[in-house]
Amino acid sequence: MTLLKVENLTMRFGGLTAVDDLSFTANAGDITAIIGPNGAGKTTVFNCITGFYKPTRGRIGLGALDLAQMSGHTIAANARVARTFQNIRLFPRMTVLENLIVAQHNKLMRASGFTLAGLFGLPGYRQAEKAAVEKAKAWLDRIDLLGRADDEAGNLPYGAQRRLEIARAMCTDPVLLCLDEPAAGLNARESAELNRLLLDIRQRDGVSLLLIEHDMNVVMGISDHIVVLDYGKRIADGTPAEIRADPAVIRAYLGEPEGDAA
Amino acid sequence: MPRANAAALKDAGIAGFVALMLAVPLVGFRTIEGPSGLTLQTRFDWVAYGVIAVFIGRLLLNVWPNTWRLRPQRAQQTSNAQHQTTMKLVALGGVGFAVALPFLPFADRYVVDLAITVLIYIMLGWGLNIVVGLAGLLDLGYVAFYAVGAYSFALGAQYWGLNFWEALPLAGALAAMLGMLLGFPVLRLRGDYLAIVTLGFGEMIRLLIINLQGFTGGPNGVSGIPRPSFFGFPFAREVEDGVMPFHELLGIEYSTQHRFIFLYFIILVLALITNAFTMRIRKLPIGRAWEALREDEIACKALGINPTNTKLTAFAIGAMFGGFAGAFFATRQGFISPESFNFLESAFILAIVVLGGMGSQTGIVIAALLLVVLPEVGREFAEFRMLLFGAAMIAIMVWRPYGLLSRRAPTITLGSGGA
Repeated sequence: MTLLKVENLTMRFGGLTAVDDLSFTANAGDITAIIGPNGAGKTTVFNCITGFYKPTRGRIGLGALDLAQMSGHTIAANARVARTFQNIRLFPRMTVLENLIVAQHNKLMRASGFTLAGLFGLPGYRQAEKAAVEKAKAWLDRIDLLGRADDEAGNLPYGAQRRLEIARAMCTDPVLLCLDEPAAGLNARESAELNRLLLDIRQRDGVSLLLIEHDMNVVMGISDHIVVLDYGKRIADGTPAEIRADPAVIRAYLGEPEGDAA
Repeated sequence: MPRANAAALKDAGIAGFVALMLAVPLVGFRTIEGPSGLTLQTRFDWVAYGVIAVFIGRLLLNVWPNTWRLRPQRAQQTSNAQHQTTMKLVALGGVGFAVALPFLPFADRYVVDLAITVLIYIMLGWGLNIVVGLAGLLDLGYVAFYAVGAYSFALGAQYWGLNFWEALPLAGALAAMLGMLLGFPVLRLRGDYLAIVTLGFGEMIRLLIINLQGFTGGPNGVSGIPRPSFFGFPFAREVEDGVMPFHELLGIEYSTQHRFIFLYFIILVLALITNAFTMRIRKLPIGRAWEALREDEIACKALGINPTNTKLTAFAIGAMFGGFAGAFFATRQGFISPESFNFLESAFILAIVVLGGMGSQTGIVIAALLLVVLPEVGREFAEFRMLLFGAAMIAIMVWRPYGLLSRRAPTITLGSGGA
């Protein structure tokens, strides 16, 4: 079943066309990877899907919604699309636990009667906060950071920050989780752990994943479906095995063979 | 070693030269009012002492840098729980002292008056802290809300005969509304740009007050603002028939001091309410969202937090407390004019927040105490008082670049079981 349907997506910045008439789909329950050389427009596609850019043209269908017409925070709040960032964006001076609580903002805001009920400490809000802490604890346990719950997020080692950012995105209860290079800067052991975490998210939480990644061990290891971009255009689309054998992909990554070049 | 010594000498020489250039015009000449008008007196001996002191001081700093230099330090790494208990004790002690202060033997009219000023600035600092310290929105026009609060009471009393207690909510509401009004157009701005617009806004309000002369009294200000009464019992020696003055109510001797002590308690309660409110709201979703917004606005958007609403509430609530403080200021002074609400005032309040350590409630108290009391204590130094003030500010920034108390207490911990 199709979850995300990108149709004729085009994004221009002045004279530069970063994404050029791109169409692809991502199925519910799948891990879909977007790969391509540097500057191929992968992050631009992400920014269009998650509302950080307004596409020049095209439709991004998610259920009955068109994400291309929605803006900013409403995509995370109403369409339930969560994302992480290429350069980690945690709240560095807040604690690990607080990062996960902030992610449950909208739910807690309603429970706190938009602050009024919370100000007077009504039981409904206290209940909701307790539930939010329980959820955060469950995620901390899954990413192995329970012991560091009260430390500042900015003091965590790099790999732990990556995991925390994923957990934080998951605390918003998404249906689609978009990960922008989750394995960047991780060592081999950490990226193997990441693979397990991502597969677990799909399995246990039933969340579909869309990821941009350069680390081919991650991409080939866990993706069900790969979309390859080059110069903002889709050049291939298929299963990992198909992509590996695709001559267009090999050309994009290794360059045009000239004579005896290999 | 000789080379290092030569360098140290040269550096100290340069420092001495700079001191000389500054001291000759600032210290070297002095105008004296004599029988035949102003005469010029020179004090080159003072200049010489100053320059020698700077030269030797700088030399010592150069020769033994590690023993002499104030080195920046962050708060010691004690555990969070431990830190919070100490802070709680400090806060309790502070409140206890504040309640007892007017009854202490040394508390004459001057001391109570000074304490009222300190408390006004503490309250303003706490109010601005919501905007700058928590939400991270640099507001250089905070004094506008203070002015709106003061003028709502002054004009409310003049035109509709409102008393202080009736005007207080009005002052808060008007300031909050104005905060929202300012908030809307500047929402997309950040950092320096926001600072410039808020600065302009502060000036606009001041110029409006000056120029709406028919309504606000313009540069002449508003006088005869009613003093607060003790819930209907005025502080006065003689009153018209049928009204019981405060001293008769308690059956004590009349004293002008009573009114000051009462004013003192009003501002103490107002300030404590501001503090309690801030401490509470920090632990609510909106408060956490403010801090998250300060840390990373883009990440907030990705989590579905509405940055517009979040910023507007910060602006409105911060402004509201500024408005309360303004109404109090009006009743305390009895006379207000646009001059009390210039940019320097905004800068002063911001300095309290920044020196205190952005976001730290206790730090703001200490900074307000320092910045208000220091110039008073320094009165003996006459014209060098502001020099002393500047030196103290530089010392704080060198020694504690993140503010006096830069430690942030988490709003929730697993240890406390999420309560």
